[in-house]
Parts: sequence; C-alpha cells; structure tokens
Amino acid sequence: MNPTDLIDERSLRSDIPEFAPGDTLKVHVRVREGNRERVQVFQGVVIRRQGDGVRETFTVRKVSFGVGVERTFPVHSPMIAQIEVASRGDVRRAKLYYLRDRVGKAAKIKEKRA
Amino acid sequence: MATKALVGEKVGMTQVWRDDRVVPVTVLRVAPLRVVQVKTPDSDGYSALQVTYGQRNPRRVNRPTAGHYARAGVAPGTRLVELRLDDTGDFEVGQEITADLLAEGELVDVTAVSRGKGFAGVMKRHNFSGQKASHGAHRVHRMPGAIGACATPSRVFKGQRMAGRMGGEKVTTLNLQVVDVDPEAGLVLIKGAVPGPKGGRVIIRDAVKSPKGDS
Repeated sequence: MNPTDLIDERSLRSDIPEFAPGDTLKVHVRVREGNRERVQVFQGVVIRRQGDGVRETFTVRKVSFGVGVERTFPVHSPMIAQIEVASRGDVRRAKLYYLRDRVGKAAKIKEKRA
Repeated sequence: MATKALVGEKVGMTQVWRDDRVVPVTVLRVAPLRVVQVKTPDSDGYSALQVTYGQRNPRRVNRPTAGHYARAGVAPGTRLVELRLDDTGDFEVGQEITADLLAEGELVDVTAVSRGKGFAGVMKRHNFSGQKASHGAHRVHRMPGAIGACATPSRVFKGQRMAGRMGGEKVTTLNLQVVDVDPEAGLVLIKGAVPGPKGGRVIIRDAVKSPKGDS
C-alpha cells in the first residue's frame, strides 16, 4: 500500500464497468458549453489501458468521416457520466496500435464468443 | 515573517480532482504539535514557538531535555523545532496546534532540506549548456568550457560556478496553494511539488510574498 492511497481512495469511482482493450465502449462525456452542460457519447474501440489507481487512463479510437479520432480519458474522471460496454472484443495483445494502420474490414475486431 | 507555522512530514505526491480538472498535490502529514516554549522579544530578543510532535520513550530522553519538557508539562516528542513568528501572543505553553490552522485555498511557503545530489557537474548543478556532441568535441561534452581570461586577471574570479556538492540544503518554495486540509487525519494537500524526500521534515508557513498582497 502506498502512503498516498488514503487520499487517492476518495477520487476512485466504483461505478466503472470492467473493460479491456478490444472492447467497444460508449463513453458518455459531460460537455460544458458556457453554463449549460450536456452529455456527448464517444463510441469506439479501446486500444490501450495504461497506469494504475487514480492515474489510470484508457484510449478509445473511432473512425469519424474517414478520419481516425482517438481520445484518452482518465478512468476515474468526473467528466465521464457513464461507460457502456457495447461489445467484448477478442484480441491477442494489450495495446492495439496496429489498428491505426488498418482501414475498413481489416480494422474490424472479432467479437468474443461467450 | 510568518504569522503561523506548522511542522510536518512529506508523505508523497498524487493527484486529486477539483472542478473536473486534475490537480497535482503533495501530501503532508502534520501530527499535533505541542508548544514547549514561547519565546518573546522581552525574554529572548525575538518571537518564536518551540514545539514538539510525536512520542519518544521517556527513558531515552536525557536529563536536561527531560527537565525542559517537564517544566513545560509536555510529553517528550521526537524532536524540538523552533518556528519563528511575528507574534506569539496567541500561543501558550502546553497548547496543541493541529493542521486546522490552515484553510483551503490559502497560500503558504514550504521549507525543507532538498534531496542530496552528491558531487554534480555544471550542467546539472548550474544549468550550463555543455558542449557539442560532435564537430571534433573530444571528452568535453559536459564540461564547463573556459573559466576566465589569461594574463589579465591571471586568476579565477570568486563565485565562478563550477562542479561540486549539490542539494542537501535548505530550500523554500514560495506561494503554494493549500488544496485540502484534513485535521482528523492530520493531512494537508498542497498544490505542486515540495522540496525534500518522502519522509522528510517540512515547515509550512503562511506566504510572506503573496502576489495578491493578501493573507
């Protein structure tokens, strides 16, 4: 146990579902526009999960109008309203950087068979 | 000078969320302090508080020190620390001081002994640029270069920056913001980094050069 864990505990969220690289997520992100706040959904494949404890982050990749878009979120960020796991992917590595070089059908991830 | 001061121990660094943003913080543990002696200009020529914290086996305290504690009516602590203050009028011997002296958002100065770096070269110690990696440079990549002229003055000026012992000296970081105070656990969260190693003793005082002119 690290001595600073006592402080970190307060920042940790317990409502984050289990997910791993290869999974397709719907990340509901709180967006502030002036005084108004709304929720935007960012859907894509988790290509990386990195770090531990409060510092843990994950990266979601999607292809939007032919352009690859990657967003990195802290797992315990209060900006995340909700995380939905859309599907579980069957992948063989932890970091799916190879998806960046692939387009179309080649970039498709097999779904894990339950 | 400061109007209030605390002694604590550096626990380590982490991060917390404030207004949907990550704030890097240093965690400091402030054990309850016990005032052993109040120094005033009348009696000692200056104002200061002598405080102690923690517990020490009374059998391990030597006689003169034990007498000093006994006169104050305070249990012996791990060490005695003097905190210079503007005015010690609000304090009395035997009084207990805790972390709730500090408030959230307040600016403080933190003093500690920095980590020792050993014998360090000029690039690390004085931020010199070093020399070229190639173009004929030979074994001089991290050397200082010239340290003065020739026959005039035929000596090296005093204060010429050279390699030598680095770190292990008293360093004060000014105007750090208090992010959170937890008096029950005796923890203080301070935005940014604080000098010294984990487990090192730090002195926290209210900011003497506050940019806004307040506190």
